[in-house]
Amino acid sequence: MKFKQASWASDACLEPLVFELSRANRTGYTLPQKKLPEVNIPENLARTKLELPELSEPEIVRHYTRLSQMNYGVDSGFYPLGSCTMKYNPKICEELAALETASCIHPYQDEDTVQGALELMYKLERCLTEIAGVARVCLHPSAGAHGEFLGMLLTRAYHKSRGKESKEVIVPDSAHGTNFASAAMAGFDVIVVPSNSRGRVDIEALRKAVSKKTAALMLTNPNTLGLFEDEILEIAEAVHKVGGLLYYDGANLNGILGKTRPGDMGFDIVHFNLHKTFSTPHGGGGPGSGPIGVSRKLEKFLPVPVIEYNKKRRRYYLDYNRPQSVGKIKAFYGNFGVLVKAYAYILLMGANGLQEITEAAVLNANYITRKLQGVEGYELKFDASGPCKHEVVFSVEPMKKNYGVKAHFIAKRLLDFGVHAPTYYFPPIVPEALMIEPTETETKEELDRFIAAMKEIAEEAKSHPDKLLAAPTATAIGRLDEAKASREPILSWRMYRKLPSKI
Amino acid sequence: MKVGEHEILEGLYYTRSHEWIKFEGNLARVGVTDYAQKQLGDVVYVELPEIGKSVKQTTEPKTKEMELGAVESIKAVSAVYSPLSGTVKETNQVLQDRPELINTSPYSEGWICVLEPSNIEGERGSLLSPDAYATFLKTLG
Repeated sequence: MKFKQASWASDACLEPLVFELSRANRTGYTLPQKKLPEVNIPENLARTKLELPELSEPEIVRHYTRLSQMNYGVDSGFYPLGSCTMKYNPKICEELAALETASCIHPYQDEDTVQGALELMYKLERCLTEIAGVARVCLHPSAGAHGEFLGMLLTRAYHKSRGKESKEVIVPDSAHGTNFASAAMAGFDVIVVPSNSRGRVDIEALRKAVSKKTAALMLTNPNTLGLFEDEILEIAEAVHKVGGLLYYDGANLNGILGKTRPGDMGFDIVHFNLHKTFSTPHGGGGPGSGPIGVSRKLEKFLPVPVIEYNKKRRRYYLDYNRPQSVGKIKAFYGNFGVLVKAYAYILLMGANGLQEITEAAVLNANYITRKLQGVEGYELKFDASGPCKHEVVFSVEPMKKNYGVKAHFIAKRLLDFGVHAPTYYFPPIVPEALMIEPTETETKEELDRFIAAMKEIAEEAKSHPDKLLAAPTATAIGRLDEAKASREPILSWRMYRKLPSKI
Repeated sequence: MKVGEHEILEGLYYTRSHEWIKFEGNLARVGVTDYAQKQLGDVVYVELPEIGKSVKQTTEPKTKEMELGAVESIKAVSAVYSPLSGTVKETNQVLQDRPELINTSPYSEGWICVLEPSNIEGERGSLLSPDAYATFLKTLG
């Protein structure tokens, strides 16, 4: 299969911005003839100029179609972006979320008129409660990091209620960057514990790090190396012994779904990424959904409102009367459209289906691992003999040493094969890391194509490293200068217009 | 002196977390080593410590009190760890506009801050000499 991405470019530039396509008085709509009553807007509030692009409907449709053709998504092909669980999103979930009964309701409607929506959220909560082995779930957080932050607020509220001065949150060095940020944002000091030679939390270092000051340990399991923290019960004991809480980062829930539960491992707070594990779309800014599950002792601190069911009256209702609640963390009740999709997905899969997801995701990751293990240039830094879970982290350090080929060269060259780049340079404890997560939705043929591409690139590193330096060449836009983009970002049309010379 | 492609300067002290220290009278200038900047790749942002911040010499487990800001590259954000206990006296403001100096001049124009150490005599012993740092880099392969 030869890959070539569409590129809508003229001599001057790539597809222009929508503002550049704009022509005065061109419209894509017709307003009703009926004269509307005049509204008196105070002069100081009224705008005289609206900077909106003016285009016809076909121009708009073509513009965005072209942009989508110059883009790459999970509907275009293989997307092994580690730690992101870029699984295929079933279209039926989109259809259900688009139904008028789900998309045309408003949170200010009377509870009696949205019983179906409340029931859906209530039942989704129950599903997640069962999946994670927790007492109660809150659906409000609109992203993973938002959920983490709520988790930290709950941690703070819990310790405060017990009159305990707990200032420290422990995070392993393999953790997602958001863990450090969420803990710091909630006012905690972050303590970093190292990983051991097996790529797991160094339990001795952890025992030294815990103290009366420990508020929580934030842990991802399987961790970011795709390895299961098999000493989790000892870890939980060490943290609980000093009165600390155990926080579960749900980024990698796809590796254990239906097989084991964070609650059973001793976690007190569990976060989910519905946009990963439960197959709602993500990337490009969401919207996401990062519910939080808690054990019984933390339930009373959950944000308001919580959804309850009155059996007698057969009516769902919103309960705001929660005196120990941490308060609100989001307007209304969460990203409802995303919740609809996740609930549909869970029902679609069923309990057995959810287990099969993990089985296939883990099998696919191990298939890639074994096929690439031993290929010159790709190396496993930790626990190379055992199986991984749903993702694998290779180091291309040997390639860098021998041929000067770095991890991001491989990532860029993969684009030419019609494959999205894996996550690279993460986790930072692996030098020249490539983090590969195939997910359960890929066929053996697709995995074999990827493996063949990885092998071909390893050969090129030896014979034609120049090819890797020039990559990608089959994409709409070639090799980007990432350092320049970070040092001198142009983030808006306004900034672009002020540039002395256009790109 | 060079270990592989990595420059090590004489007259400086070093740490295992790849900071360099240059004693200037009662003060100590701190930056990150050539090895560190090569590992980081293109630096795009430098978070400088606040002047007056009191820091602790870095030990395990690492905490915020041991941090002298952070260096962000296209690969990752890495904390800069304080090689000595003391107080931040001065920071390199030029890095705000020209973070790439960390890459182009790690030992000179890319310095990060100046510390007033509070316990030089007690802590100097745990710093590495150029030879000891070279030996350490060799173990990293």
